[in-house]
This record gives sequence, C-alpha cells and structure tokens, in this order.
Amino acid sequence: MMNAVAIPPFERFYADTSEEIWRYLVRLLGRDAAEDAYQETFLRALRGYPKLSHARHLRAWAYTIATRVAVDERRRRKPDEAVPELGAEDSRPAYAELGDLAGDLPATERAAVVLRYGYDLTYADIGAALGSSEAAARQAASSGVRRLRRRST
Amino acid sequence: MTVPEVLDERFRERAAAEGELDVAYTLTDSPVGDLLVAATKRGVCRISFDPEPEHELEWLARSYGLRVLRASRPLDGPRRELDEYFDGKRKEFELPVDLAALPSFQQLVLDELQLVPYGATATYGGLAERIGRPRAARAVGGALNKNPVPIVVPCHRIVGASGSLVGYAGGLERKEKLLALEGALLS
Repeated sequence: MMNAVAIPPFERFYADTSEEIWRYLVRLLGRDAAEDAYQETFLRALRGYPKLSHARHLRAWAYTIATRVAVDERRRRKPDEAVPELGAEDSRPAYAELGDLAGDLPATERAAVVLRYGYDLTYADIGAALGSSEAAARQAASSGVRRLRRRST
Repeated sequence: MTVPEVLDERFRERAAAEGELDVAYTLTDSPVGDLLVAATKRGVCRISFDPEPEHELEWLARSYGLRVLRASRPLDGPRRELDEYFDGKRKEFELPVDLAALPSFQQLVLDELQLVPYGATATYGGLAERIGRPRAARAVGGALNKNPVPIVVPCHRIVGASGSLVGYAGGLERKEKLLALEGALLS
C-alpha cells in the first residue's frame, strides 16, 4: 500500500489554489464571467472535498473542476458572446489561446489538452484529476490535439 | 493578479450560507488578546488564544471534518456575545457549544463546569465531587486543561484547593483578567 497523503483542511487547499484558478478562469472566460465561474468552481470543490481519498493531484483536481465549469459556462453562452474581452493589464500568455482554441473539444480532451500544454501537469496528475489512468490521459490529450490540427487545416 | 477581496468574501459567505462547511472560523480581538472562534452547525466548538490558525485548522479538520473555512457571518452571534461579556454586560452565554468530538469523560466535566456561575469559583476537587468522581481531581484538571472552548465554558472559574489560581492553558495572566472582570478576585 502506498502512504496516503493527508488531505489538508479546505482553507489551506483554497489558499494554495485560489489565485491561480482565478487567473486561469479569467483567461478562459474573461473577467466578468470568471467571477461566477470562480464561485462555482470552489463550491463544487467544497462539495466534492469529503469524497477525496488522498491529497495527491489536488492542484490538478482544482484545474479540472475549473475547466468543467468553464466548459459549462461556454455552452450556456450565445455564440456571438463567445469571445471574451480581456483586460489590457493581463498580458496574454500562449496557453490562454489554447484555452479558447480548445473550447469546444469534448470536456475530457479539453481538460487534458489545457492541463498538459497550458499548465504543464504530468499525465499521471491529469489521469488522477480526470478519474482515469495515466494512459487514458495521454490518449485524451493526443486525440484532442489531433482534433485541433484537423480543424486548423 | 490576485483574487479580488470582494469575490473571495462572497465565496466564503456563500459556502457558509449553503451549509457546505463542517467548521466556519474567524479571528477577532478581545481584551485577553486575539482569538480564533470556530463553530460547527451545532455550536461553537473552539475558542483559541493562539491567533495563528495553522495547527488549529488541523485539529478542527480532524475533529469535525475537512471543510474548514474562514467565514465571519456564522460567527457574528458568538462574537457579539463575547463582546458583551468583555464589556461586563453579559453574565451568561446563550450560544450553543458543540463538544461532541470530545471523549465522554471530558464532556461530563465540561457540562458540569458550565453550571459554575459568573463571578463564582470552584475547586478541582469540588468539580470532581459534583460529577460523582471525588477521587478524580487530577483527571478533572486534565480535562479542563484541554477545554476547547475557554471563556464560554468557564474553566477559568476553577481554582486550586487553597483558592490559588494555578494552571490555565491560556496563561495565568488571562485567567486572572477573566476572574477580575467577573469580580471574583479581590485585588
């Protein structure tokens, strides 16, 4: 048996992840929509927290919830509102484009692509975050990338 | 780009309002120093003289559940009662306490302790007798020393057999201050 990593009190998880999740959501959705998505992300995290069995991949788990919330949010929006305005103070890194680009991929592929190429998480982390294996995460990311390539040619 | 404070606060209040927390806590100041005050849905479960929350949060999570979050609204009532107490306007606390996570002997001691009224004192031996365990004065002392809700559950009202102040987990200076506030000390 591997040693279980103790799950920290929620306050500590929140303190450790809130800032980067906020930045991530602003980049994916624009500042206004990110406010609701931020609340929704951490409320979902709070509801899921008692069901966690260990604390490995907690950061990846937070990104996955945020990604799903952002995908839901985008689905709810009308197409002509789909491209968010971004604040000028936020110089836009390359992976932000990735979030927009990957926006209508199937949720699992999107999460795998964004977490792998945008946030440099390992496949093991992504697999754990998506509730699947390392191999399945690798598979989801590469099929997401193939889909994006097909679309851009 | 940090999380806007108003957004952070909104999340915390909403988490509490939707009943998603095992424990809400806040930090507040008082004449005996900064306090950490924490409550479950059943009542106040912790008042700590150590305003550094780090190891308190671990204890709260272990005892009451992992979803421990700073959120001030659920603590508004307890904070008001504490302020009134420190202003000398309140002699009895009405706020419920949650001692459910404690061993049963400690619960027994702390339940009995809450019957010692404002401005009075009792001895360890006296309290041991009142719970029907006259030879357990030392165990009673141990239970009081680990009282998670000092001030409200008034372990400061328990003194040595000679009337001396003896130990207090929050320090003798605080014990003296609380007893003086209640007029239980001849200074």
